Amino acid sequence: MAERSPGTRRALWLVLSLVFAFLYIPIAVLVALSFNAGGLPTAWSGFSLKWYASLAGNAAILQAALNTLIVALVSTVIATLLGTLLAIGVEMRRQYGKGLEALIFAPMIIPDIVLAIALLSFFSMLNLTMGLHTIILAHVVFNLAFVCSVVRARLKSFDWSIVEASADLGASALTTFRRVTLPVILPAVIAGALLAFTLSVDEFIIAFFTAGAGRASTTLPMQIYAMIRFGITPEINALATIVMAVSITALTLSQRLNRGVIGQ
Amino acid sequence: MAPALAWLTALMVVPCALVLALAFFRRGIYGGIEYTFTLENFGLVFDPLYAGIFLNSARIAGTATLIAVIIGYAAAYAISAAPRRLQPVFLFFAVLPFWSNYLIRTYAWIVLLNREGLITQLLRWFGYTGEPPSMLYTEGAVIAGLVYNYLPFVILACYAPLSRLNPELAEASRDLGASALTTFRRVILPLTVPGIAAGAVFVFVLSIGNFVTPALLGGGRFQMIGNLVYDQFLTANDWPFGAALAMALIAIMLLVLMTQALLADRAAGRAAEAKGGANG
Repeated sequence: MAERSPGTRRALWLVLSLVFAFLYIPIAVLVALSFNAGGLPTAWSGFSLKWYASLAGNAAILQAALNTLIVALVSTVIATLLGTLLAIGVEMRRQYGKGLEALIFAPMIIPDIVLAIALLSFFSMLNLTMGLHTIILAHVVFNLAFVCSVVRARLKSFDWSIVEASADLGASALTTFRRVTLPVILPAVIAGALLAFTLSVDEFIIAFFTAGAGRASTTLPMQIYAMIRFGITPEINALATIVMAVSITALTLSQRLNRGVIGQ
Repeated sequence: MAPALAWLTALMVVPCALVLALAFFRRGIYGGIEYTFTLENFGLVFDPLYAGIFLNSARIAGTATLIAVIIGYAAAYAISAAPRRLQPVFLFFAVLPFWSNYLIRTYAWIVLLNREGLITQLLRWFGYTGEPPSMLYTEGAVIAGLVYNYLPFVILACYAPLSRLNPELAEASRDLGASALTTFRRVILPLTVPGIAAGAVFVFVLSIGNFVTPALLGGGRFQMIGNLVYDQFLTANDWPFGAALAMALIAIMLLVLMTQALLADRAAGRAAEAKGGANG
């Protein structure tokens, strides 16, 4: 758009700079402070990794990190399996019922707090002891919806006649899936799994409501929330930096794998 | 397909139906649930005290939406005007913060806004010696947090129609003698309204049901619906009333989404009509 006047162009660059400053300064300050020996925003007292070291010695945080990993891994595996099958089922039969669409779409838009209290009521009505397993049950709900939508996007352009051809040539349903369908959708499946993993690692409200009492099932976001409520400590800055690095890496990877899908 | 649908039914549909049912029961004397039918809980939602919180939430969410849309649209416009090869890069970095943990992004604002935070330090550095300004635990802090958290989505939603805009349209408008402002108001803006609407609905819906931001940046002083629901379930132990509040929240959300769908349909109809007229 070369026909814009220099003044307009300068104004547009100014807008961009301001918006990026707004988006990145809060995060940058947090990351910088996590390496500040003094730990306080008052003064820079030298580069140090001591807050990261103190994290490594904090048993509560390590336990929470382990819990988060368990919840995220198990719920991702289940959600990826169920979500992929759901996507194939819906796209292959091309049954786009309004009710079905709403059911698959709902977990992505329902407010967290509503799903959280719904599951809390449900589990306590069943007299289920809550813990990591109930968090996993809950996380699969939204994770499978996200995996399903990512895989479905990929399947939109899938030529189902090659599945028929494979069957005509004598391949079993399983062989067809393994040799024909899966190779096509695999990038989307992995992208969906990475997305699910990150969503689960970051999810706070639903985990908070379905974790039950006691420290045994505290996840990292619950731990972070509790720490924030107690006030600012340099450890949170270090922990926040690590968690951010993990989610941004996983999602960048997911995005790269999925580029083909988005491009279509 | 079946296992996934069974999972969603058992762990989303049934629990949500349960909450809906719960809203029609009475609270027991010891905080339990008494299974007698009542509409009291919904009546209580309209009690001035609670209706006030609803209105307050709507105002906070509305303000955050307005600010996020203005900043987001300006940013999306600037990105769409940047050189073509830079656009995906800008877009990527605009969305990147959105991928980090929500709690952490909110916490970053506590670090900035607290009495000994960065902003106070900056003021001191410029020679300010008075009392540190109280910025945290204000409505402004809650709004700033909401805008910050949801801005990337608005940028993404507004960028989509802006990048598809045919530059010849703006050129034609200017050739016909329209000023830059008129061209923007009469040509560019109407064509990009669907993106604005999608972004606005997203920010509003997520803000009005938000629980974390008011709790952390409002310091519990600014109750929003989400916090009210939380209290009923975890501190006040009035589950039926909490359930009624949650249903009211869902109702507001559905209303907003339906309005948007209706307007989008109408806009699409108008666009089709305009196209038909131009071709005919």
